[in-house]
Amino acid sequence: MVEAQAGTSPTHEGQQHPIRVYLVVWGWLFVLSLFSYLVDYFHLQGMLRWGLILLFMTLKAGLIVAVFMHMAWERLALAYAILLPPLAVLVFAALMVIESDYTLWMRQTFLASGG
Amino acid sequence: MDTAPLHAPDAVRPAGWHGVVADWSSDQRSFKGASWGKVMMWIFLLSDTFIFGCFLLSYMSVRMSTTVPWPNPSEVFALEIAGTNFPLILIAIMTFVLISSSGTMAMAVNCAYRRDRGKTTALMLLTAVFGATFVGMQAFEWSKLIHEGVRPWENPWGAPQFGAAFFTITGFHGTHVTIGVIMLLIVARKVWRGDFDHERPGGLTGRRGRYEMVEIAGLYWHFVDLVWVFIFALFYLW
Repeated sequence: MVEAQAGTSPTHEGQQHPIRVYLVVWGWLFVLSLFSYLVDYFHLQGMLRWGLILLFMTLKAGLIVAVFMHMAWERLALAYAILLPPLAVLVFAALMVIESDYTLWMRQTFLASGG
Repeated sequence: MDTAPLHAPDAVRPAGWHGVVADWSSDQRSFKGASWGKVMMWIFLLSDTFIFGCFLLSYMSVRMSTTVPWPNPSEVFALEIAGTNFPLILIAIMTFVLISSSGTMAMAVNCAYRRDRGKTTALMLLTAVFGATFVGMQAFEWSKLIHEGVRPWENPWGAPQFGAAFFTITGFHGTHVTIGVIMLLIVARKVWRGDFDHERPGGLTGRRGRYEMVEIAGLYWHFVDLVWVFIFALFYLW
């Protein structure tokens, strides 16, 4: 009876996926890293630079978490429990941007020598 | 049995949002199909995400609020090779080394589930070598910057907070890589000895050894690579 139940669980033997998937992702990670480096190499500036850096960063992070760490194949209950809390960091970042702008304004206004 | 069993042999777990609600409102275990070992690793990695998140946020705050210009990382981390000045080249090589190690680790996990002891051990050792290379290059980078006068409280090029942010962030990341290399070597030895084939318990636990431990070790290793993706983008390229 116990054996019969164990046999019904498809994930019991762990995460088994074709090697091709890993190789394709591996290749993309190399290409995206090269692109990120080229952003610096060609001295791109302004919004284009930051946009591309963040785009390549997000794509790389997504590929690593989804495929290499198998999050794409885990049940949604686990995926949401792990992937949603880091959004709080973004809220924190927004708060600190406001705070930093305020600190900078204070320093520029009241400290002649800078901070 | 690590995963929660279904009550009937032909039962199917609901998918999508219904699955999320069903899993979270069910008895005993919310995370079906994932062992507690894997779930605990994920929760640890989540807490580590907050640690590195706070480091990067502190770095962002000091960089945004200083009236002194921030040193240009493209020039600070440039390296002269054969008379030509390459911007950021060492960091780029370190990035490629770490990505290579992530690839070999993914392959090791795949081989582990096919119970290929030889290949799994070899790939894990290769991953550890890449990791050690990365730490070595970081040690080189640290000594180069220290020679050039970078300290946590001052540096020759601009805002003094640069050194504090650099040493804290890369130092914590390097420590994670070092711990990862040690962990890889320990698990590789277990694979090679056949501990997981014979379900031999480890030194710190009475639980049976199983090939899933390779995947859990892999989760940590990929996370180290993941953190570097953010450090590379936000600290070195920004």
